[in-house]
Amino acid sequence: MSGAHDISHLLAGAMLVTSFALLYQERVASVLNAFAVQSITLALAVAWTAWSDNRPDLFITALIALGLKGIVIPLALRRMVERLGIHRQVEKVVGVGPALLVGLALTGLAQALVAKVATGTASHAREALALALAIVLLGFLMMIVRRNAVTQVVGFMSMENGLILAATGARGMPLVVEVSVAFSVLIALFVFAVFVFRIRERFDTVDIEALDRMRGDRR
Amino acid sequence: MIEPWQLVVLVPFAAALLLVAIPSYRAGAVVNVIASALTLAVGGWLVAFDRLVGDYAIIDELNIVFVVINTLVGFTTALFSAAYIGHEIESGRLSPAFVRFYHAMFQAMMGSMNVALIANNIGVMWVGLELATLITVVMVGLYRTPQAIEAAWKYFILASVGISLAFFGTILIYLAGQPALGEGVPAMTWSLLHGVAARLDPEILDLAFIFLLVGYGTKVGLAPLHAWLPDAHAEGPTPISAVLSGLLLNVALYALLRFKMLVSANPEALDPGQIMVVMGLVSLIFAAFMLYQRRDIKRLFAYSSIEHMGLMVFAFGMGGPLANFAGLLHMAMHSLTKSGIFFAVGHIAQAKGTQRLADIRGLSVTHPRLAVLFALAVLAICGLPPFGVFMSEFLILTTTFARDPWLALLPAFGLLVGFGALLLRLQGTIFGEPVGPSHRVDGSFVPMMLHLALVLAAGIFLPPMLVAWFQRAAELLG
Amino acid sequence: MTGDLVLQFLAQGAQMTMVLLIAPLAVGVVRLVKARLMRRQGPPLLQVYRDLAKLLRKESVIAESASWLFRSAPYLIFALTWVAAALVPSFASGLMFNWAADVVALVALLGAARALLALAGMDVGTSFGGIGSSREMMIATLAEPAMMLIVLTLAIAAGTTRLAGVADFFIAEPWAVRVTLALSLIALVIVALAENARIPVDNPATHLELTMVHEAMILEYSGRHLALVEAASHLKLVLYLSLLICLFAPFGMAPATAGPTGWLAGLVVWAAKLLLGAALLGVWEVSIAKMRVFRLPDFVGVAFVFGFLAILLAFLSRGAMA
Repeated sequence: MSGAHDISHLLAGAMLVTSFALLYQERVASVLNAFAVQSITLALAVAWTAWSDNRPDLFITALIALGLKGIVIPLALRRMVERLGIHRQVEKVVGVGPALLVGLALTGLAQALVAKVATGTASHAREALALALAIVLLGFLMMIVRRNAVTQVVGFMSMENGLILAATGARGMPLVVEVSVAFSVLIALFVFAVFVFRIRERFDTVDIEALDRMRGDRR
Repeated sequence: MIEPWQLVVLVPFAAALLLVAIPSYRAGAVVNVIASALTLAVGGWLVAFDRLVGDYAIIDELNIVFVVINTLVGFTTALFSAAYIGHEIESGRLSPAFVRFYHAMFQAMMGSMNVALIANNIGVMWVGLELATLITVVMVGLYRTPQAIEAAWKYFILASVGISLAFFGTILIYLAGQPALGEGVPAMTWSLLHGVAARLDPEILDLAFIFLLVGYGTKVGLAPLHAWLPDAHAEGPTPISAVLSGLLLNVALYALLRFKMLVSANPEALDPGQIMVVMGLVSLIFAAFMLYQRRDIKRLFAYSSIEHMGLMVFAFGMGGPLANFAGLLHMAMHSLTKSGIFFAVGHIAQAKGTQRLADIRGLSVTHPRLAVLFALAVLAICGLPPFGVFMSEFLILTTTFARDPWLALLPAFGLLVGFGALLLRLQGTIFGEPVGPSHRVDGSFVPMMLHLALVLAAGIFLPPMLVAWFQRAAELLG
Repeated sequence: MTGDLVLQFLAQGAQMTMVLLIAPLAVGVVRLVKARLMRRQGPPLLQVYRDLAKLLRKESVIAESASWLFRSAPYLIFALTWVAAALVPSFASGLMFNWAADVVALVALLGAARALLALAGMDVGTSFGGIGSSREMMIATLAEPAMMLIVLTLAIAAGTTRLAGVADFFIAEPWAVRVTLALSLIALVIVALAENARIPVDNPATHLELTMVHEAMILEYSGRHLALVEAASHLKLVLYLSLLICLFAPFGMAPATAGPTGWLAGLVVWAAKLLLGAALLGVWEVSIAKMRVFRLPDFVGVAFVFGFLAILLAFLSRGAMA
C-alpha cells in the first residue's frame, strides 16, 4: 500500500511544484501552460486515487479536471489573450524571488498547521492534506501578487485544484465532491469569461491597476 | 413524489428556466413576482409542516425562521423590482436582453439560497451558498460601467477566496467526522455530526472553524473581510442591494451559526462564541465610524449593514437563550428594514438621478411621501422605538449588561456613533433646499410600506406565537 | 591482514586515479554528443586528453600585476577538487577513506576551490575577470545553501552525513517514489548545472566575454596553469555526476565487503553510468537556451526553494521516510 501512497504523494508534490512554477513565470502564455500542467497532474492524481482506492466515481472528476481545466480553459484563455491583445507580460506586485520565498513560508505554514492538528489521522492522509493546503495557499498568493486579471483567475483556479486534491484525499467523501467540482469549474468559467469580455470592452488592458484608477466616487 | 419542502427549491429553479425563455421584460417581471409569491406560500406552509431531518435536507426551528424571512423579502423585492426595472429600461441603463437574464438569475439566486438554508449536508450547503454568491457577482456587474465592473471583480475575487476557504473548512469537518460516522454521506450530514460533536477531534474542529469563519465570514461582511460589500451594494441594481443586505448576508450568517453549534457542542474545542464576539464588535465599531465619511447613499447603508451584521454576530457569540433570541429577532427586523431602506433608496436614486448624498437634498419638498417613508425607515434602522429594531437592540444590550457591564459599553457606543451618522445624513437628505433634477417616482411604495408596517408591528406587539417560535430556535442555538 | 590493507589502499588509490582519468573522457563525450546533435562532426573523444597534454607543454604567460595567489591558485584548486572528487563513492562504498567523505566536508572543499578561483579571477585586475568573479559569487550565494539543504535532506533520511552511508541506505531501501527525493533530485540537478557552468546558467563554449561566468575568471591563465584549472573543472563535472549517481542511482555499486571482482564490476557499471550522464548533459545543453544573467538568481533560487521544500516534507513525513 505504501507504494500507492508514494505515487499519490509524488503527484501531489508535482502539483506543488507547478504551483511554484506559476509564481515563477513572466509571460501570460507560460502561466497558462503551467496551469494546464497542474490540471493534468491533478487529473493523474485523482485517477490514481480512483484506481488504488477503488472509487470509480473519481474517474469522472479526473476526466473533468483533464478536459476542462487541462485543455479547454487554457486554450480558451490563450485565444482570448491573443484576440484581445492583452499584455503578454505579467505585471507583478512582488518579484519572482520574494514571491517564491513567501510561497515557501506558506508551504511550511501548511505543514505545521496540518501536523499540529491532525494527530489522529494516518500519516499519509496528513501529508496529502498538507500538500493540498499548500497548493491552496499558493494559489491565493498568486492572486495577490500578480496584477493581471487573467493570472488572477488562474490563481483562483489553481486554488480550486488544491481543494479538489484535498477533497479526493479525504477518504470516502461522497458524490458531492463531483457536483461541487463540476460546479466550480463551470461557474468560474462562466463568470470569468463574462468579466474578461466586459473588461475588455471598457479598457484596453486587463490590468487590475487600470481598474483601480477608475474608481469614480469612492466615498 | 415531490415532497412539499422540495418545492421551496424547485419552484425558483423552474421559474428561472422559464424566465430564460420569456423575451418580454414585463411578462418576465410578472412571472418573477408570481414565482416569488409561490415560494413564499410554500415557506409559510413549511412553518406549519412537520419538522424534518432527512439525508440531505433538514427543516428545524432554526432554519424555518430564515426560510420564511428569505421568501418574504424575496417576494417584496420581486414586487419592487418589477417597477424598478421598467424604469431602468426606459432610462437606458439596461437593455431588455439583459433584463431577461436578470429575472432568471434572480429566481436562481433565490433557489440556491433556499438550497443552502434547508441543506442538511454541509457540502450541499456550500454549493447553494456558492451558487448564490456567484450569481450576485454577475448581477452586481449588470450595468457594465467601469465602476460596476471593478466592484463586481473585487466581489468576485473576495467571494472566491471566501468560498475556497469555506470549502477547505468543510473538508476538515468531514475529516473530523469520519472516524465517528464512517466514510461517505453520514460524515457530511449536519444533524449526525451535531449528535456526535463531543466525540470529534477538537483540534481539527478548531482549524475547520477558523477556515469556515474566515470563508463564510467574508460573505457575512465581517471586518476586515468586508471590502467587497460597499462597492457591491453601490454599483449593482437596487433590488440586488436589497437582496444582498436583506438575504445573502443572513444566509451566510446561518451557515456560520450551524458550524458554531457544531463546535460549541464539543467542550474541548475552542469557544467560537468568544471569537465571534470580538469580530462582531470590531465590525460594529469600525462600520459605525465609517458611516461618517460616506458620500454615496448606497455605500452609506452598506456600511450600516456591516454594522448590524456585526451586532448580530456579537449577539450570537454571546450565546444563551436571551441573546440568541435577540439576535434572531434583530436578524428578522434588519432584513425587513434594510431592504425597505434600499427600496426607498432606489426610488430616491431614480427621482434625483444620482446616488451622491451631496446632490440629494430637500426631499420633503419634492417628494413628500417618499421623504416620510424614507425618514421612518432610517429612524427604524437607527434603533428608535417603537420600531422592532429598538426592541432587538435593547434586548442585546441588556443581556450583555447582565453578563458583563463593561462589555455592554462597546456595542452601545458603536450603535450611538452609527445613530449619529445616519441621523446627520437623514437630515441632509430630507431637509434643505432641493437641488438638481427631480423626476417623478414611478414605482409603488407598497413593498416599502409593507416592510415598515411589519417592523412597526413587531416593535409594538410581538405575537406570542412568534415569540415562542423564536425562543425554540434560540434554544437550538445553544 | 596486511594483504587486505594493501588491497584496500589500492582500491582507494584506484578510485582517485580513475576519477582523474575519466574526467576528460566525460567532457569529451559531452562535446561529441552536442556536436553530433547539431549535425557537426565534432572533436574525437580523446581530444580533451590531447588538449590538456598540449597545454602542459606550453609556456605559461603571466601578467605583471599578478600576485602569488594567481600563480598558486591553479595548483590549490586542482588539489582541492581532486580530493573532493576522489571522496565521492564511485564503484564501491566503504573504501578506506570513506569516513572522510562527509557531505559537509565536500561542500567545504568545493567552496574553498570556488573562493580561490574567484580571487584569482580578480587578481590580475582585468574587468572581465571581475565580471566573472562577481557573477560566480552571485550564483554561489544561492547554489551553496541549496546544496547544503539537499545534502542535509538526504543525510536526515539516511541518518548519517557520510556519503558512503547515504549510498548504502539508498541501496538497501527500495527506491520508492518519494516526493522528497524527487524534489532533491531536481534541486541537485539545478545546482550541478549552476556549479559546472553549463547551459542554462553559463555557456562553456562561448567566446563572448560579456556572457561568460566561469570562462571569464580563467581568461588570464595559460600553459600549465590553464591545464590545471581546466582539469579541475572537468573533475568537478565528474564529481557532480558521480554524486548524482551515488545518491539517486546507486544500484550496481559494490558493497564494502566485495573483493576485487566486485570492485571491477562496480567500476564498469559506474563508468557506464557516468558516461551516460555525460551524454544526457550533452542532449540537455543542446535543447535549452542560455538564460539572461538577471534571471539566474531566480533559476538557482528554484533549487533553493526545492531543497527547502524537500526538507519540509522530510520533516513532515518523518515516520513514513526513515
